[in-house]
Amino acid sequence: MSSLTKVGQRIPKKDAPLKVTGAAIYIQDMKVPGMLYGKILYSKYAHAKILKIDTGKAEKLAGVRAVLTGADVPNNFKFGFLKDNPPLKTGKVLSARDEIAAVAAISAEIAEEALDLIEVEYEELPGIFDPLDAMKEGAPLIHEEFKSNVLKLPWKLVAGDVEEAKKASAYIAEDSFSTQWVTHCCLGTSGCIAAFDMNNNLTMYSNTQIPSLAQNDYLEALKTFGLKNKRVRIIQCVIGGGFGSKLDTYAYEYIAILLALKTRKPVKIVFSREEEFFATSPRQCTITKISQGCDKDGRLTFREMEMVLDNGAYVSWGATTPSVMMVPISSLYKVQNIKYVAKCVYTNNTYSQAMRGYGNPQATFAIESCLDQLAEKAGIDPLEIRRINANEPGEITPQNFRITSCGMKECIDEVANRLDWKGKRGKHNNRGVGMASLIHVGGAARVYKSDGCGTIIKMDDNGKVDVITGSSEIGQGSETIISQIVAEVLGINIDDINVINNDTDVCPWDVGAHASRTTFVAGNSALGAARKIKAQILEVAAKNLGEDPQSLDIKDGVVFSTKDKEKNIPLSKVLRKVHYSLGGRMLVAENFYDPPNENFDQNFRGNLSVSYAYGAHGVEVEVDKDTGQVKILNYIAAHDVGKAINPMLLEGQIYGGGLQGIGYALGERMIFEKGVLKNGNFLDYKMPTAKDVPPVQAVIVETDEQAGPFGAKGIGEPGLVPTAPAIANAIYDAVGVRIKDLPITPEKVLRALQEKGKIA
Amino acid sequence: MKKAITFTLNNEVIETEVDPKWTLLYLLREVLEMTGTKEGCGYGECGACTVIINGQAVDSCLYPVMEAEGRKITTIEGIMLKSGELDPIQQALVQNGAVQCGFCTPGMVMSAKALLDEKERPTEDDIKDSIAGNLCRCTGYVNIVDAIKSVAGGR
Repeated sequence: MSSLTKVGQRIPKKDAPLKVTGAAIYIQDMKVPGMLYGKILYSKYAHAKILKIDTGKAEKLAGVRAVLTGADVPNNFKFGFLKDNPPLKTGKVLSARDEIAAVAAISAEIAEEALDLIEVEYEELPGIFDPLDAMKEGAPLIHEEFKSNVLKLPWKLVAGDVEEAKKASAYIAEDSFSTQWVTHCCLGTSGCIAAFDMNNNLTMYSNTQIPSLAQNDYLEALKTFGLKNKRVRIIQCVIGGGFGSKLDTYAYEYIAILLALKTRKPVKIVFSREEEFFATSPRQCTITKISQGCDKDGRLTFREMEMVLDNGAYVSWGATTPSVMMVPISSLYKVQNIKYVAKCVYTNNTYSQAMRGYGNPQATFAIESCLDQLAEKAGIDPLEIRRINANEPGEITPQNFRITSCGMKECIDEVANRLDWKGKRGKHNNRGVGMASLIHVGGAARVYKSDGCGTIIKMDDNGKVDVITGSSEIGQGSETIISQIVAEVLGINIDDINVINNDTDVCPWDVGAHASRTTFVAGNSALGAARKIKAQILEVAAKNLGEDPQSLDIKDGVVFSTKDKEKNIPLSKVLRKVHYSLGGRMLVAENFYDPPNENFDQNFRGNLSVSYAYGAHGVEVEVDKDTGQVKILNYIAAHDVGKAINPMLLEGQIYGGGLQGIGYALGERMIFEKGVLKNGNFLDYKMPTAKDVPPVQAVIVETDEQAGPFGAKGIGEPGLVPTAPAIANAIYDAVGVRIKDLPITPEKVLRALQEKGKIA
Repeated sequence: MKKAITFTLNNEVIETEVDPKWTLLYLLREVLEMTGTKEGCGYGECGACTVIINGQAVDSCLYPVMEAEGRKITTIEGIMLKSGELDPIQQALVQNGAVQCGFCTPGMVMSAKALLDEKERPTEDDIKDSIAGNLCRCTGYVNIVDAIKSVAGGR
C-alpha cells in the first residue's frame, strides 16, 4: 500500500480550474434555443380554500405563452414519497409554499408580471403549525383522506428490555431536547430546463443529486400525463451545492414539464433566492424525549427515545430520516437495550426533506447532550464515559450492524489531547470544553432496492481514458476521487482521465449522491472497472511483448515487464495494436458495484451499511455572561475515514460540514409565523460567514476499511453530526447551564443563566 | 428608453445601449452573456456577483448600470493572464482545495483579487474582512483563507 502514487495524495480538484475562471456552466447559465421562462405563483396562506383562480388577464399579456393551474394537471397526478403532493394545487392549499398557478413567457420579467395579473380568491382556514397540536384528538386533518395527521410510517425500534435495564441501572438521566428548521442555503438556487422532442421524449437539464431516480420519477409523471413509453434524458449542469436538497423531485420540475408540453418549447425555471428559502424543503424540527442509564462503572445500560418530527404539509424522502436517526440511537456507543419511537406529523408548515446527516444531527444532539448529563450523575468525566462505552471493531450492535473498522477511541483521544481536556475541563471560569462523538453510515446505505453504481471505462488509441460513472459531482469532489482510484490502478496520470458523469443517456445507473456513499460505492465500482480493463490491457500487451500477463504492470502510461524493464510498450501503442489490427476490438470495461449491505427488515434490523464512519468533535468555548455570546476558541474535528483518498478534499468536507454544524448549533433558524417564512433571506437567516470561522483542526484517523476502495469510508455528512452537542456540552462546562433547544442563541444562554441564578 | 454608455470591461472599451433600470449584473449576464459572474441572491448579500470597479470589489447585482459610465470594470473573465495561465489567486484556490461546488468561487476570486491588488501584505483579519460578504456553504472558508494567505505570503 505504501507504493500508492495517486491515492492518498493532495491532488487539486479536477473541475477547480473551470470554477475559478467562471467557465463552469450552472443551470442559471444555461440557455436553449427558443426557451421560455417559467414562474410560479405561490399561495398567500398556509391553509385555505381556493375559491377562484382567474388567469384571464395573465393570459392576455403580450409575451405570455401559457398559464397553468391545478385544473391543467392531467389525471390527478401527485408526486412525493407518499404521492400526496400535486404540482399545482386545487381546492385547498396546505402550506404557504403551495403552488397555485404557473406561467411561461418569452422573458422572466414578463412571466413575473403575468403572475401579478393572476387573481386568486381564498377562504383562509385555521392552520396547525405545531406537530404536538396536530397530534391532539380532534385536531383538524391536514389531509382528510389519510384520517390522521400522523404519517403511517411506523418508526419503532426495540432491542433488549429497556424496562428491566432501567431497574438494573445505577444512574439514569432523562430530559427533552428540541431542534429547529434549518435550510441548505445552496449558493446556486434550484432550477431546471424541460424540453420535449417531436416524439415527446423529455430532456431535463437539471441539478439533481439523483439522476437515475429522478429519471424514473419523470417517466412515471409522463405516463400519468398520458405519454407512455417515452424516454427521459437527464443532463446535469454543474451543480451549485446539494447537501440533500436535490435528493427528490419537486413541483417546479413537474411544472416546467407541463409548461413545456403545453407550449412545445423548452421551459426554464430557476428559483430566486427568496424562493430557494421558502419553496425548498428544509431539515425538519424535532422534539425528543430521551432517557439513558448506566451501571455504577459507567457502562451504558439502555437508551430510550421518543421523537416527534414536523413533517410539514407533504411527504418527501425526508419522512424517512428516522431510519438514519436509528443509526446513532441503536449503535452510538455500546448499549444493548434500546427503545425508539418516532412520529412524523403533518402540519401546515413547509414540508421537510433530506439535509446532510439525514436526521443524525437531531438524534445525536439529544444522545450526546444527555450522555454528559448521565456522566455528571455518575460522577464520571464525560471523556471517560465515552471511552468506556466506545464502539469497537467486531461488534454487532442491537440493530444488527456489523462493525468492521472502527476508530472511535482514536478520535476521542485525538480530541482530548488536542483540546488539553484534562487541563481545561471543569474550571467553570466562563471557559469550558465539551465533546461529542458520531456514528454514521460509511459504506453506503441500502435505503433503496439497489445501492449500486455502474462504471464504464474506455481507452482510446492515444492512451487516454474515459471514465463514465453513474455518480454525481455535486462539489464534493467525486470526479477527482474516482480519477485518483482509476489512475492508481492503471498507472496513468490524473490528467489523462476524463470523467463523464452528467448524462443519463450515457452514464450507468446510480442511486444518487446521498448517504456519504459516493467515494465508497462509485469508488468501488470504478476500482472494479479499472481492474477489468487493466487485465485486458495486460493481456494484449503480453502477446505483443511475448510475456506472461502476470509479469506485466503499468506505470506512467507504459506497460512493462516486472522481470525485465527493457521489455515495455506504451499504453497508446497497445491500444493502436488492438484497434488497427484485423479483427480489432475496443478496450472497454464495465462494472456494477452494489455493496453487500442489507435493507432493514420489518423490525428495522439489518446491516444498513457495509461499514460505519466514526468521529469525535471537541470544542473549547468562552461564554460572555453579560451578552450570552458564545465564542469558539478552539475546534477539533477527528474523523475515522478508513483511508483518505485525497486528504485535502477530505479536510474540505470536514471544514465545510463543521461550519454548517456550527451554524446549526449557534445561529441558523428558519422563523415561521403561521406557516409563512419570515427570514427567507441572507440578511435575516444567519448562515456563517468567513468571520464566524473559529480556529479549527481537521484530524484524519485511518483504519483501513477492508471493504472500501483502498480502505476508504464515507465522509460527506459526518462533519456536522456531533457539532451542536459538543458546543452545548462545552457551554455547560463553562457556565453550568445546559441549552436543550437549538439554536443556542445569546438570548437563550442569558435566560438560562438568569434562571439558574448565575447572573442577576 | 435605452441610453448609450461607454466603459472599460476587462481592458476593452465597450460602447453599448442599456436600459437605465438594469443592474450591471444584468448587462453582464443577460445581455453580454458573460455568465462567469454569478447571481446568488440578487440583493447584495452573498457576493457571488462580485466584480472589481476602479479597484474596488462591488456587488454587481446592486450596481446601477448607468454608474458604469467611464469606469474600469474587471470581471472573472478578465483576470486570467494573457498567456492563458491562471491568476495567482485562482491558482492558489485550485491548489488549496478551496473550491467545492464553485458557485461562490468567481465572486470569491474577485474579492480576494481586489484585496491583494490593494494590500501587499494583508493580515488574516484583512483577508476575512475582504470575503466576509462572500457566502460559501461548502468549504467552511478555511481553505479559501489559506489560499489567499498563500498568495499574500508568497510575494
